[in-house]
Amino acid sequence: MFDPAVLTQQFFNALALGSIYALVALGYTLVYGIIELINFAHGDVFMVGTFTAMWFITTILMMNRSIEDPVLLIGVLLLVFTVVMIFLGVVGVIIERFAYRPLRRAPRLAPLLTAIGVSFILQNLIQVIFGPSPETTPKLFPNIRFQFLGANISLLAIFIFALTISLIIALQFFVNRTRLGRAMRSTAQDREAAQLMGVDINRTIATTFFIGSALAGAGSVVYGLYYGQIVFTLGFSSGLKAFTAAVLGGIGNTTGAAFGGFFIGFVEVYASHFGYARWSSAFVFGILILVLVFRPSGLFGQQLGERA
Amino acid sequence: MTRTAADPRSFTERMNASPVATWMRRHRSISIIVLMTLVSAALPILAIVPPFSSFQTQTAWLNSYILAGVYVLLALGLNIVVGLAGLLDLGYAAFFAIGSYTFAFAASPIYGLDIPFWPMVLIGAGIAAVFGILLGAPTLRLRGDYLAIVTLGFGEIVPIVFLNADRFTGGTNGVRGIQSPELLGFQFTTATIFAYYIVMAALITVTLIFIYRLQASRLGRAWMALREDELAAASSGINTVTTKLLAFALGASTAGLAGVFSASKLTFVGPDQFKFVVSFTVLAMVVLGGMGNAWGVAIGAFLLYIIQTVFLKLLNSFFGNLDVPILSDIDFIQYQFLLYGLALVTMMLLRPEGFFPSIRRKQELHAEEDDGLEELTLPEDTSARM
Repeated sequence: MFDPAVLTQQFFNALALGSIYALVALGYTLVYGIIELINFAHGDVFMVGTFTAMWFITTILMMNRSIEDPVLLIGVLLLVFTVVMIFLGVVGVIIERFAYRPLRRAPRLAPLLTAIGVSFILQNLIQVIFGPSPETTPKLFPNIRFQFLGANISLLAIFIFALTISLIIALQFFVNRTRLGRAMRSTAQDREAAQLMGVDINRTIATTFFIGSALAGAGSVVYGLYYGQIVFTLGFSSGLKAFTAAVLGGIGNTTGAAFGGFFIGFVEVYASHFGYARWSSAFVFGILILVLVFRPSGLFGQQLGERA
Repeated sequence: MTRTAADPRSFTERMNASPVATWMRRHRSISIIVLMTLVSAALPILAIVPPFSSFQTQTAWLNSYILAGVYVLLALGLNIVVGLAGLLDLGYAAFFAIGSYTFAFAASPIYGLDIPFWPMVLIGAGIAAVFGILLGAPTLRLRGDYLAIVTLGFGEIVPIVFLNADRFTGGTNGVRGIQSPELLGFQFTTATIFAYYIVMAALITVTLIFIYRLQASRLGRAWMALREDELAAASSGINTVTTKLLAFALGASTAGLAGVFSASKLTFVGPDQFKFVVSFTVLAMVVLGGMGNAWGVAIGAFLLYIIQTVFLKLLNSFFGNLDVPILSDIDFIQYQFLLYGLALVTMMLLRPEGFFPSIRRKQELHAEEDDGLEELTLPEDTSARM
């Protein structure tokens, strides 16, 4: 149980799982940062992504086993990630347009309730289209493994981690260095003032939803590649865990959300490792409650929304 | 959204002006008892009248009514929290679970205890209330949406605990052989379904009286003030923490009550009965019925439950028998939560006050429209002008 090789192995498993949570958590944090809405449907948007990826790979590309040719593999991955990320981005924008935007001035309770409604709509649609039983997703990656400190690290785990880090850096660059990113930050700080300065609020918020959902899209492709099995209910629990990650890092804080994602990944993996697999969800939700009660601004405080 | 140009007085407002309504307002508890008696007398008769009698037998109808009654109780309890106090509780099923398991432990072979039903109704409600306070005390300071997430987390943890602490709770198998109620030597069984029905009707009546009394009390007014403007309420001397805690505790105790009853009716309790879907369904019932209006919520819960369990099933067999091409292939029960989701979204967009609105709540939910006229920042317009 305390064998260093196994613990190292678990460390890399945790990094891979944490990457997925981090990517989903970014979507929660971006949306909360800008319109102070817990986008309850985000976990299910992520779930829709896993199914889109599965459908795209098996039905359109007709692939169902690992690809040995590196060039082909890179090409296929590029295509899958692009398609799923754009598709999910559009889904996010549509949800914002029809379910949240009309309620922007309504009492807080209203958009939260529509978010829950949307979440159930997405779940049920996928259940009706793909059926209630779990589906297998093709593991495109060849089973290449590296030896490291006695542990067996798969190429896939390294790829996942590298991809997540690059996406997080790209997001940081976007938020801090581009014009649209500045519009997002100003909208988050004070919507009215930003509007008076000529920021197109609706477009900025729509962009935020697009980016958040696209990041969840990247996470969902990774999820399929890593686990090889998806089910229509996975959005609820992974969404809630990713939300915990976002809260842990300080909601509205993108770096914090990424860190929180990895932290939750570690909690889950090591809880299972030490024999508490059945309790791992309870641990995560326990963390959520404790953080919200004792330090609602998260470990790193808030960056985007300053009005907590 | 635009304001309707029709008669400014709504149907409800015109109804409220009638002399009968005035009398009913003055004698609220008596009218609740009378109305509930009439409704409970009418429902079993309705079950043997043609269109309904062809759907299922009277016993099956009574069974549906009783289970619908459990949801009516749950919705009434959640209405205190969401509708009256304006706190979003997404883990409400947790208190239902706590009530159910309390009775399961107290009156089943699992611990060899043999505590009768009637005191347990109060004890179960009390224990659920204690958990409501335990959860609420540290979390009610949080802003609305954080509270929603904390309760959601709590709602997830409770069934996990009941599932995994299998040494004490029977795990996935749940607890079987729970006692049925007994009254003055009369033992309730599956054959005496009417007895359950009457108890259920009585429980709902008492809860309704209780809620209407509360609503008109100082506490009820404090809840509504809190819901409308927390800062203003606090400045007017309302202790926000205690007021919210009481809403939480009373809401939880109603769920506990429903839990005890449902455990004794089903004689079985298992962790799968308390998933998030239950919290969601009850919330949808409250919202669709009309947040803040106890009668609306009760009617909404009852109708939704009956539609969900009886009519969706009927649609299947109906189209199946007729052999209508596409429709006979659709499994309508499968779409249940799609329908709930759509209904919830549509309702919030078009009629946030629900089908049977509370007048006050309606004004609050539409307040934005009046504000919008005064303020310059109408999002769509300004962006066009700039």
